[in-house]
Amino acid sequence: MSDEAQRLKIVFVGHVDHGKSTLIGRILHDTGSLPEGKIAAIQQACEAERMEFEYAFLLDALLEEQAQNITIDTTQIPFRTALRRYVIIDAPGHKEFLKNMITGAASADAAMLVIAANEGVREQSRRHAYLLSLLGVRQIIVVVNKLDLANYSEQAFREIEGEYRQFLSELGMTAREFVPASAKQGENVARRTDPALQWYSGHTVLEALDHVESTAALPNQPLRFCVQDIYRFDARRIIAGKIESGSLRVGDQLIFSPANKSSAVATIESWNSPAPEEAIAGDSVGITLREQIFVERGHVASHENDAPIETNRCRADIFWMAEEPLRKETEYILRVATQELKCKVVAIEQVMDSSTLATEIGERERLARNEVGRVTLQTRAPLVVDNHDRIPALGRFVLVDGGRICGGGIVFGGVYTDRTTVKSKNIFWSEGEITPTHRAKQNGHRGAVVWLTGLSGAGKSTIALALEGELFQRAMHTYVLDGDNVRHGLNSNLGFSAEDRVENIRRVGEVAKLMADSGTVVITAFISPYRLDRRRAREIALEGNAEFIEVFVDAPLQVCEERDPKHLYKKARAGQIRDFTGIDAPYEAPDDPDIVVRTDEQNVDESVATIMEQLLPRLRADDPID
Amino acid sequence: MQSARTHLDHLENQSVFIFREAYRAFRNVAMPWSMGKDSNVLIWLALKSFFGKIPFPVLHIDTTYEFPEMLEFRDWATQHYQLNLIVKINAEARARGVGYETHDPVTVTHELKTVALQQAMAEHKWDALITGIRRDEDPTRAKERYFSPRNAQFEWGYKDQPPEFWGQFASTAAKGEHVRVQPLLDWTEADIWRYILREKIPIPGMYFARNGQRYRSLGCMPITKAISSEASTIEEIIAELETTRTSERAGRAQDHHERNAMQKLRAKGFL
Repeated sequence: MSDEAQRLKIVFVGHVDHGKSTLIGRILHDTGSLPEGKIAAIQQACEAERMEFEYAFLLDALLEEQAQNITIDTTQIPFRTALRRYVIIDAPGHKEFLKNMITGAASADAAMLVIAANEGVREQSRRHAYLLSLLGVRQIIVVVNKLDLANYSEQAFREIEGEYRQFLSELGMTAREFVPASAKQGENVARRTDPALQWYSGHTVLEALDHVESTAALPNQPLRFCVQDIYRFDARRIIAGKIESGSLRVGDQLIFSPANKSSAVATIESWNSPAPEEAIAGDSVGITLREQIFVERGHVASHENDAPIETNRCRADIFWMAEEPLRKETEYILRVATQELKCKVVAIEQVMDSSTLATEIGERERLARNEVGRVTLQTRAPLVVDNHDRIPALGRFVLVDGGRICGGGIVFGGVYTDRTTVKSKNIFWSEGEITPTHRAKQNGHRGAVVWLTGLSGAGKSTIALALEGELFQRAMHTYVLDGDNVRHGLNSNLGFSAEDRVENIRRVGEVAKLMADSGTVVITAFISPYRLDRRRAREIALEGNAEFIEVFVDAPLQVCEERDPKHLYKKARAGQIRDFTGIDAPYEAPDDPDIVVRTDEQNVDESVATIMEQLLPRLRADDPID
Repeated sequence: MQSARTHLDHLENQSVFIFREAYRAFRNVAMPWSMGKDSNVLIWLALKSFFGKIPFPVLHIDTTYEFPEMLEFRDWATQHYQLNLIVKINAEARARGVGYETHDPVTVTHELKTVALQQAMAEHKWDALITGIRRDEDPTRAKERYFSPRNAQFEWGYKDQPPEFWGQFASTAAKGEHVRVQPLLDWTEADIWRYILREKIPIPGMYFARNGQRYRSLGCMPITKAISSEASTIEEIIAELETTRTSERAGRAQDHHERNAMQKLRAKGFL
């Protein structure tokens, strides 16, 4: 065993009273990790309180906790197996102490989730797994504890396993394994002795731990060097900070976001040791630059060809921990790595109950304590982020109110721009003097992008024109973008290759965004067969303050082929045109469209009415936009 | 070729990150220094964080019961590292006759350490103190945060601590309050010794065995007991730690004066 290797951090979570602390106490005891003084002290405390000695007391050392029998705060304890060293993070199971659970769990490499066999899957068993997924802890061992209370019954174990597996799969998670145990009896923690557990041939708790993979640092990812401070204690101007991912070498050309200024690494500084040539993820370093550019705390250095996202608007999932609810349109401090800037939540799109996973769709004004919401954040100054699934350290943030951390979240769906092709130094969205709210007030409605998608022949263009007419009659500003007016001008240099189709949709998305920002209700009518392209179009619109409403114009392929208004299906069947959607190229139907119309069942007027009914409330001008 | 980072590298990187966050977040920082092993690791990490220059004062709370050898070390290190040293004695309590000769160790520790610290804070208006406490020293310290707020009465609200994750800390102090910044929180006693060995950090000679005895933890003379030990090098101390199951602060009388003594001391502002 190497003492040099980094410790694996394991967080223990689960419903209150399911035996986490007892399991930890038992692990510490069975691995010989306790100092002598500690057992004696706890036994003394038990005698004083006239209580039976419990392994849980090893952790719950604060007086209040002994009285109440619950873990209040997170704590960390080292221990070792024959294989390697660990740090246990004990996180409280009580709902009241969610912020302490998050404090403990956020730094873990893996989680041990404890479910008591006599009680089964409970509220916190579910909520904790959901939070682990938000916190980015992906390796989970489920311990079905207190199995002695169920006579070590395999059926009791399998029932809990089945139920919980199903729950995890809904979260897109899988457990590494399910381990039956009784922490109190010491059964199947370090060893298996009771014949009643003979039906089980898998790992003990400790063996399961030893099989967890260490989440290595991230030197092979793109460089993100987050600036903490600039030091000028002597002649050197040292840029100090932490490398969150990737690596940097002396001589590397760095680009600093959001200023978008570039300079090369002159030296990597150090004290009392030779100056290194390279620094990697996890290192706290200081560098000097060749060209003296303006750099300050909050800037993020990357390599030129792989820069982070720079925006003033992003979508995120947020968990809220403060007593006072999160309110829309209220100013908070957003912290991402070392950046700190004012922000507000401009939309709370859906709220999820972290225990039942029940989703409540539809706009909300606030997010209460312990709720998780899908939101859009907006900042005044440019913000540097990554999507959480790409680079976690730059894809997670906290919201601060009154100096206190009130919530945390992860960023998704952001669009990367190739910085080498963007010549402007000012590529973030700039808000003019006239805001979307001003325009909405004058126009009597908001701008929006109404994105129709569906097979050729499904009726997109027909519906688009009819819808435009309806809106126009109501004195609304509206315009249709379709193949005809776009392909012939803006996109006349594009063909029908895969790349050109992607670019076609991107340009339409950008134009639609600008028109929507000008206050127009833009209706687009393109097959747009790929979910990814439509998602990008949505992101583009959101970046530009515009609401994006996806309408699925749905009709079975057979019906579309029978209609065949432009005889394209016929040509495709005859092999005269290739890569035709529905014939020899796929159409990816929307997973969760805002509006669906069935043109094989509804006529044009009915379809337009369906759209209008749901569209008009979303265009109302009285809600402030920014 | 990228060389893998070790456990000690990880701890060092994390501590440096915390130092820099603290120095940036607070206007008026000070670092208590007891000349003990943890304290000297703290000095070392501060030198690393700021590239050889500690940009804030270092505070020694002198209880007047200090081991002479520790004071010698203090003067040597102050010169050697070019420290901005502030020494604080609670002269008022000493004048009242507070001392180990007449009072219990919890009272004396409170008066000569905690109250002395409060007096220094009132004089210098520090809004953050960088301390060398570790989770593994004591169960109450196990639950600490890297940035741990204290109210104007120095009380630790351990029942309602701020959340702290993803490298984001409670980095503001309201007027009259201060924040304890604890860069060594995740280090263990063994980590401290291995790091002292690796970095060749100077420490007082009292940690090494003489005539079959050495000090494992150092405090005031009358209440600090040596342990039986033959460990006269850092390597031998590490080997000794691997086999011992006695807790580190067993020789510190104020911790054991009564049940939960440490918790009571800490709730009142003890480090």
